[in-house]
Order: sequence, then C-alpha cells, then structure tokens
Amino acid sequence: MIPERLVNWVALLGLLAVPLWAVVVDEPFTITLVTRAVILAIAAVGLNIALGIGGLVSLGHAVFFGIGGYAMGILAYHAQTFTSLNLIGLVIPGTKSMPVIWLVAIVISALAAWIIGLLSLRTSGVYFIMITLAFGQMFFYFAISWSAYGGEDGLSIYVRNGFPGLNTLVPIQFFGLCLVLLCVVLFLNARLQNAPFGLALNAARQVPTRVETVGLNPVRLKLVAFVISGAITGLAGALFADLNRFVSPTMFSWQLSGELIVLIIIGGVGRLYGPVIGACLFVALEHWLGGLTEFWHVYLGLILLAIVLFARGGIIGLLTGKEGAHV
Amino acid sequence: MSDAILQTRNLKKRFGALAATDDVSIDLRAGEIHAIIGPNGAGKSTLIAQICGGLAPDSGTVHLMGRDVTQDSTADRARAGLARTFQISALAMEDTVLENVVLGALGASGRPWQFWTRALSDRSLTAIAEAALERVGLIDQRHMRCAALSHGQRRQLEVAVALTLSPKAFVMDEPMAGLGAEGSHQMTALLDQLRAEAPILLVEHDMDAVFALADRISVLVYGKVIASGSVDEIRSSSTVRVAYLGEEA
Ligand SMILES: Nc1ncnc2c1ncn2[C@@H]1O[C@H](COP(=O)(O)OP(=O)(O)OP(=O)(O)O)[C@@H](O)[C@H]1O
Ligand SMILES: [Mg+2]
Repeated sequence: MIPERLVNWVALLGLLAVPLWAVVVDEPFTITLVTRAVILAIAAVGLNIALGIGGLVSLGHAVFFGIGGYAMGILAYHAQTFTSLNLIGLVIPGTKSMPVIWLVAIVISALAAWIIGLLSLRTSGVYFIMITLAFGQMFFYFAISWSAYGGEDGLSIYVRNGFPGLNTLVPIQFFGLCLVLLCVVLFLNARLQNAPFGLALNAARQVPTRVETVGLNPVRLKLVAFVISGAITGLAGALFADLNRFVSPTMFSWQLSGELIVLIIIGGVGRLYGPVIGACLFVALEHWLGGLTEFWHVYLGLILLAIVLFARGGIIGLLTGKEGAHV
Repeated sequence: MSDAILQTRNLKKRFGALAATDDVSIDLRAGEIHAIIGPNGAGKSTLIAQICGGLAPDSGTVHLMGRDVTQDSTADRARAGLARTFQISALAMEDTVLENVVLGALGASGRPWQFWTRALSDRSLTAIAEAALERVGLIDQRHMRCAALSHGQRRQLEVAVALTLSPKAFVMDEPMAGLGAEGSHQMTALLDQLRAEAPILLVEHDMDAVFALADRISVLVYGKVIASGSVDEIRSSSTVRVAYLGEEA
C-alpha cells in the first residue's frame, strides 16, 4: 500500500503541475478550475477540523463561507462606489486590499462560529446537525432580503481585489496566492492536530467522559475547534468571492454545506489531505460530469454511496490501505 | 468535620421505582483502601457515578477534602483531586496507549490550550505518562493502539490514566475484572503501594483481592449499606454471609 505522505505530496505536486501546464498551453479556464478546487479545499480543511477531529457534523458551514464572501463583497462594493459603510455610528471605508478583507472575514467568521457553537454545542448528534442547518438557513434568507447588498441577485465586484506585489488579475498569480494559503492552512492543521489541543479534541470526539474525568471540558474543546474551523472556512469564502468577483446568497446555501461534507468524506474524514483530494475530485466531477449531464449530482451521489459502503477511509483510506475512518 | 478525604452523606438516587442508592453515607480516610462489595446490580457503579459526577443524586452530599462538591462538574471534581477508573473502559480506542495516558497528564497540567507544540514531544507530559505505564506494566505496549489491547490490559490502562492525575483520592470500579490470576496479583501489589499516595475507594468482585487489600469493607445490597467494618468483622458477620457471601462462607 502507498504511504499517506506520498499520496499527500503527489496531490500537492499535482495541484502545482496542472495550472503550470495550463499556462504553457494557454488554457486560463483550467487555472480557474484548479483555483476553485484549492479554495474549496481550504474551506473543507476548516470543516475537517470540526468534523474530522472534533466529530462535529456541521451542516451550517456555509454560514462562514458566506460571511467570508460578503465580507469581501461589502468592503469591495463600498470601495468601488466610493461610499463608506455605516455601522451603528461607526464609519468604515471600503477596501480593495485582500489582506484586510481576509482579516475581516476571519474575525467575523470566528465570532459567528463562537456564537453559533455556543448555542449548538448544547446538543449533539442529529440535533447538532439540525441546529447548524437552521443557522445556515437563517443566514441564507437574511442575505436574500438584504437589499442594500443586492438581495437575491447578489453583488458584482468589477475588478479583483489586490495583493501587495502581485497582479491578482493574472489567473496563475491569484492561483499561487490561494495555493500558498492552502499550504499555510494545512500546516496549521497538522500542527494543531499533534499539539496538546489536538490530542484532547481527538479524545473528546471518541470518549467525552474520559476527557471530563481527567479534568478537561470536552464542550469547550469542541467550541474552540468550531471557532478555528469557522475562521478558516470564512477565509475560503472571501477567496471564493474574489475568484468569481461575485457574491450571492447561494454561498450560504445548505447545499454548499452538504458539498463540503461530501468532499471530505470522498477524500477521507480526519485525514490531513482528505479535503484536498476530495475538493479536486469534486471539482473534476462537477466539470466533466456536469458537462455530460445535468444530473451529475446523481452520479456524485452514487460515488459517495460506494465510498461510504466500501471505503470508509475515503480515497486516502483506499490508497493507503488504512480503513479506520471515524464519525 | 472528620479527617475523611472523601465523604458521602445520605446519598439517595432512584430510577423510577428502584432505589439504586438508598441513604448511603460512607467515607474514605487518608492512607486506606475502603472496599465496596455487593452483588450485581447492588448500585455500586451508580454510587461511584454520583461521587465522581456524571450522575446527580436526588438528595445527599459528596464532600472532597472537606468541601461540598455535590454540584460540581465531573471535570471540576477531577481537578479537585478525584481520579476515577471505569468498570467499562472509557478509553480513546483509536489512539495509542501512550496518547491515552498523555491525555491524563495533559488534564493534570491544566494546559490543553497549546496549538503548536507536539504533545508527544513534550517531556513534561510524556515523563508522567511513561512513569504511569511503567507502574501498571504497560510500558512495552505504549505504541499499540488501544483497540488492540486485551480486556485486562485496558483495565491496567484505566489505572495508568488515573495515576497520571496524582489525585487526592482514587475511585476504582472493578480494576481486577478480566485480569487473570497473574494480572490480578500485580494489580493487587500496585494498589497496595498506591494507598500510601492516596486512599482508594475500591469496588471489586475479586474477594481474594478485597480481603488482601481492604482496611475496611462496606457491603452494598439493593442500594443500602447493610454492613461496614474491618475484613474480619465482615467475614464473620452473619448478615453479610446471608446477603452476599453465602457461597464463600
Ligand atoms: N441510568 C439508569 N437508569 C435506570 N436504571 C439504572 C440506571 N443505571 C443503573 N440502573 C439500575 O440500577 C441498579 C444498580 O446498577 P449498578 O450498575 O450501579 O450496579 P452495580 O452494583 O455496579 O452492578 P455490577 O456489579 O453488575 O457492576 C441496577 O438494577 C441497574 O439496572
Ligand atoms: Mg458496576
């Protein structure tokens, strides 16, 4: 069987090689496609911290994706219309700077995750899934009715936001930026997973009573995991909006939350690179199957079914011969 | 107040019509092993759950080191110095043996909010963890997955995790179950040493171990303490013989 490390490196090199090849043969659309996969991977890495390590099946992670998206949309909208944002007496100017937008996206998503987590973590199992889903729907309908920022139609941003020293309008440069962020997030995830926090969280998923009997609070551990998770997914949302130069309420949709879970399951729940492999496969299927048939989701469903039934560890579990999936 | 480390006063717990704990007042003094014996379903585990948190009594109190902890959470009681082992192992099965004990050391350190350092490279944690594994005789299995351990080894690991907490009192629910003759022997020797570090409230079915170890024995039947006394007193008590020890007398 193939060592997991090798699978990870191949995935990462593949992510680097395909867009470079696309530059050579001048196929910018392929670069956009891979960028999309990288951004979805970042969102899913975020979710995987809550889901894979913490065992929190959140069907509301689109909330953070959407918050990131709207953080970008709103700030850039005010910048492009030369207006400013009035927030209960506080006048905030818009911005076209990615780092500032990212920071705002991360902070607001983290805050939202903290509040949602505080309320949702009073429950567990199916109830947790339902509550997170309900929060997702709340944000979705709020965005639809928020006419100041496009309501149902969403917001278009004319020019992609900037990053110091880069020309983000060049697809490969924006891709590079996203790939670096994916690597950063993966590195954070790897460190966190092996740190005392990760060890305790991992145990809190498996046996909360044990964690309590050694004097730790499993709910608090899960809450912090949920906040970190939401913040990362929020960052991905800001990038996603910048990729499309468009943000709309669909970023809050429960389908998106579901897709994030699906791609993690396909890649391998709790595996560091599970979200990466899952996102690549998901985008590839969406593209190829989506081009062949309108009902590509049916095929995606079949693949998911096959994996759940025959390969509990996802693609990575299948390749490395380690079945042990949790959740 | 007395010099008891751990004390219950008039604990009562009903499950519907069943009085699982019926006015139980026991205490655990420094340096002793206080054994709780009783037939299956007598309410021993239920009593332990109320002492350690996880199950709220209908009435009555639990004091640890003279402080009322009846309303405290399980985690708070653990931090206050109570170490519990479970009758049915509560271990992280996907983790290694070492990771399970490091979790204990981490709980005792009270510093789980570290996101960057490697837990298994932190000597302040692994030293405590490995010392505990050494004492229960599981050091050679430290890199094994917990799920691969035998039933008896899981009992040993339960005790090892409790050791990492350096508690004020141990509360152990059948640590000998499934250990086999030699394992029981080693565990008996370990508990014998341990009482000098912290007293042990010991629920156990293995009568040889109980008679070898206990300073005092309380007999629980239908949730009630029907007798309490030294090993000799309990052995010779006719009530106990009728109610419980019948076949051994
Ligand atoms: N959560 C519960 N709900 C209802 N009844 C319960 C519950 N927990 C325990 N009981 C009942 O309370 C009684 C005492 O159970 P307990 O597990 O404390 O016994 P025990 O003395 O530990 O027995 P054993 O020696 O088999 O471990 C039993 O009749 C059991 O069925
Ligand atoms: Mg019991």
